[in-house]
Amino acid sequence: MELSVAGYFQLIFWAVFVNNFILAQFLGICPFLGVSKKIESSMGMGIAVVFVITVSSVITWLLYHLLLAPLGLSFLKTIVFILVIAALVQFVEMVIKKLSPGLFQALGIYLPLITTNCAVLGAALLAIQKDFNFLQSLLYGFAASVGFALVLVVFAGIRQRMDTTTETPAFLRGMPVTLVAAGILSLAFLGFAGMVKM
Amino acid sequence: MAELTAVQDLNKGLVRENPLFVLVLGTCPALALTTTVVNALGMGLAVTFVLAMSNVAISLLRKVIPSEVRIPAYIVVIASFVTMVDMLMEAYFLSLYQALGVFIPLIVVNCIILGRAEAFAAKNGLWRSLLDGLGMGLGYMLALGSMALIREVLGNGTLLSGTPLEMVVFGEGFKANPVLVMVLPPGAFLTFGLLMVGANRLRRS
Repeated sequence: MELSVAGYFQLIFWAVFVNNFILAQFLGICPFLGVSKKIESSMGMGIAVVFVITVSSVITWLLYHLLLAPLGLSFLKTIVFILVIAALVQFVEMVIKKLSPGLFQALGIYLPLITTNCAVLGAALLAIQKDFNFLQSLLYGFAASVGFALVLVVFAGIRQRMDTTTETPAFLRGMPVTLVAAGILSLAFLGFAGMVKM
Repeated sequence: MAELTAVQDLNKGLVRENPLFVLVLGTCPALALTTTVVNALGMGLAVTFVLAMSNVAISLLRKVIPSEVRIPAYIVVIASFVTMVDMLMEAYFLSLYQALGVFIPLIVVNCIILGRAEAFAAKNGLWRSLLDGLGMGLGYMLALGSMALIREVLGNGTLLSGTPLEMVVFGEGFKANPVLVMVLPPGAFLTFGLLMVGANRLRRS
């Protein structure tokens, strides 16, 4: 896909807001519902996801275009990508533990969960499907995961306030009211729909 | 562990331990693909197939796989069946395959499948694992189908669109001006939330 300089900014805006991973594409709903009770933990998860998706979109792009596609093995991409992501998450965990114990303490419990976050595999597969070049793939992975982190933190703020200031009717308590709130947030993001087309 | 009969293995996934409404697993496809009943049932069938087959394979291999590397081993088994489904659907059901898109390969990271492998197939024999996989898969399909039923009828005014059996539910006037938000992303979250209220009530009674 050929893009002008403005086109790259459009790609970023599109990935963060218009085609948001959580609210428009429905990728990564498990951590969105599971790790959004507190703002601090949602920030930790958000940063870990941005890091892993950005790195994995680079590695999977290189693997696909330099190894799988030339050898005619593109049907193996699902198996190869999920193994690469699982290994990468382990590796990232070890590197962070060595280099920055403070960050490791903060991210620790969220890192293993990322392997089964479908946003990571989804970002890698969508970049291949949309025929992005290397730079576009890198930017797409980064921007889409920033959009993920943004919505995660915003939603954690909403849930924290909901828990402390309002009385929820008993039959809606827990997951149902969380989903209704997510629906309203997604209604707000619907305002971005169609602003940029890719 | 209390002895469960074959029927209980099969039907616990339908309501009591429904993977979507009770365990809240596999939420991504449930929100993304329930705009039409056909897409929802197609996804449900694909998941049921992968779940049953991977449960069988993992149950047979449970004594061979060392416990330290069991999670990567399970993922490879699951990914192989998902790749099979992906290729079969592309060959025989192209329009459904295109509608389900990236969510077919993403069955690999669907927590239901890894969850059942770890919690059930790794500890039980072949037949019980097969029944457990089928029951959980059918329960998931039932949940997807009920979400899609509400969203398609209200948001599109039709039922079973995309098949020869397509019918208009509330008349042509409603079909021209349906509750469009139901097939858009917000409708997915709202339908899921309200159906979960119903499922919780059903489970307690």
